[in-house]
Parts: sequence; structure tokens; C-alpha cells
Amino acid sequence: MIGSLTHAGSAVTAAFLASLVEAVEALTIVLAVATVRGWRPAGLGAIAGLVLLAVIVAALGPLLDRVPLNLLQLAIGILLLLFGMRWLRKAILRAAGIIPLHDETTIFASETAELREQARHHELRLDWLAGLASFKAVLLEGLEVVFIVIAISAGRGTLVPVSIAALAACLLIAAVGFLVHRPLARVPENMLKFAVGVMLSAFGLFWTGEGFGVAWPGADLAIVAFAALFLATGLAAVALLNRRGAVTLS
Amino acid sequence: MKALLALLQELAGLFVEDGALALAIVAVVALAGILAALFPIVPWASGAVLLIGCLGVLLVNVMKFRRR
Repeated sequence: MIGSLTHAGSAVTAAFLASLVEAVEALTIVLAVATVRGWRPAGLGAIAGLVLLAVIVAALGPLLDRVPLNLLQLAIGILLLLFGMRWLRKAILRAAGIIPLHDETTIFASETAELREQARHHELRLDWLAGLASFKAVLLEGLEVVFIVIAISAGRGTLVPVSIAALAACLLIAAVGFLVHRPLARVPENMLKFAVGVMLSAFGLFWTGEGFGVAWPGADLAIVAFAALFLATGLAAVALLNRRGAVTLS
Repeated sequence: MKALLALLQELAGLFVEDGALALAIVAVVALAGILAALFPIVPWASGAVLLIGCLGVLLVNVMKFRRR
């Protein structure tokens, strides 16, 4: 019982935080498009992206039920390890100051400048290009959200709460973005990515082991232990990389 | 067509950004799988390889990146 609750709690938290990060990234591009070409191409592109996402989920969702659970756990576990450890690695390198932090203001400025540059050359089809940028941002970031939701709830009956958490995060960012009309640069994105990387890696390790028939000690509670180990390793790596000790997580 | 290829590339990039890290993870998983297949009566060995391997791969990868 405690194990199941821990699993559900971790899954909901991971989905919410990961979706916050993805929604902030998508919002930056949609806002850039809206700033240069207005809300029509930005909104239409975003809606088209959401519609395609819904079609993908509707088409692939039922297929997942036909895959044997062990195989599903193994495949999703490996993908989660690749995905989660990629996030964690990047968050460690950013926290240690080795690569620059993800800056929404800079991305917004560069996307806006790129769209304005395109405006000089392709004025006639710019609305189409701008809508495509918005569409691509929503589709790619949305696919990451869909993957995370499916991956961490696979075979555990937590699809509904995890989906609600992800949807709540996306709606929250959309509402805040709609109100402030500028990129959400103050969201501590690297800290969120660090936390989500830790959690997704822990889930990936757990699922991959389950796929191989490993009976983890403590069952679902093992996920918490794995998360603690990934967190400790990540923080140790930051401390080792940043010998001066000025650790910047956000 | 170019846009589709770029989209597919970006999709692959969701999982593979640093080739060395991705390869190392796959190698750890493969080793754990071989152990699980060869010694099914000691499944913890496979689990231990996965756990220690993944943590080790992460640490080594970021330390190597610093030296680059």
C-alpha cells in the first residue's frame, strides 16, 4: 500500500514538474511567433500541434495494451533511462557552470530575430512559416510530455492522475503566459530539470530491472531509493566539477 | 521532406544527445540483460549491474565532458 502510494506520488510529481518545463519551453516559441506575426498564426500552429498530439495518443494508446507487460516495462525503462539521464547530465553540467543555463529570454530574442529575418525574405509565406514554428514547438514539447506520462504510468493504473498532473502543469503555464505575455524566464528551469532527471532516471532503472525480472527490495519503494542515489550522484558530480563550491542549481 | 527529416532528428535527440552517454547506457542494460538470461536464479546481480552501471556511467560522462 505504502509502495503503491509512493509510486503514484512520485509519478504525479515527476509528470507535473516535467510538464512545467516542457510547457515553458513551448510557450517561449509560441510567444515569439505571436510577437512577430500576431496571435493568429501562433494560435493556429499551437492548436494544430495539439490536434496532431491527440491523434498520435489516440492511435498509439490502444496498441500499448497489446504489448506484453515485461516487454513494455523493458522498452519504456530503457527509453526513460536514456531520456532521464540525458536531462540529468545536462542539468549537472549547467549547475556546475560548464555549459550555459537555458535562458528563455535569450531563446525568445533569438526566435523573434529569426522570424523577423525570415520576414525580409519571405513576406508572403511568413504566416505559414511562423505557424509552423509554433506547431513544431507544441508538437515536440508535447510529445515529450506524452512520453513521460505514458512511461511513468505504464502498467500501474496511474494514467489518469498522471495525465491530470501533466495537463494541470500545461494549463497553468498557458494561463500565466497568457496573463504576462512574455517568456517565463524566472522559472528555475535547471533546478526542475535536475529534479525531473533524477526522478525519470529512477523510474527508468526500476522499469528496466522489472523487465529483466529483478525483484527490487521494497518493491515500488525502491524508486525512492534510486532517486536518492541519482540525486546524491548528481550533487556529488556538481561539487566535483565546480571545485570552487559555488553550486548554482537555478 | 526536409522539415520531416529535421523533425525526426529532433525526436531522436530527445533520447540521444551525447552519443557516448547513450551507448554506455545501452551497454550497461545489455550487460544486465545477459546476466539476467545466464543467471536467472540470481536476479539481484542484474539489478546491481544496472544500478551501479548507470550511476557510474553518469559520473564518468560528466567528468569526461569537463576535460574536453
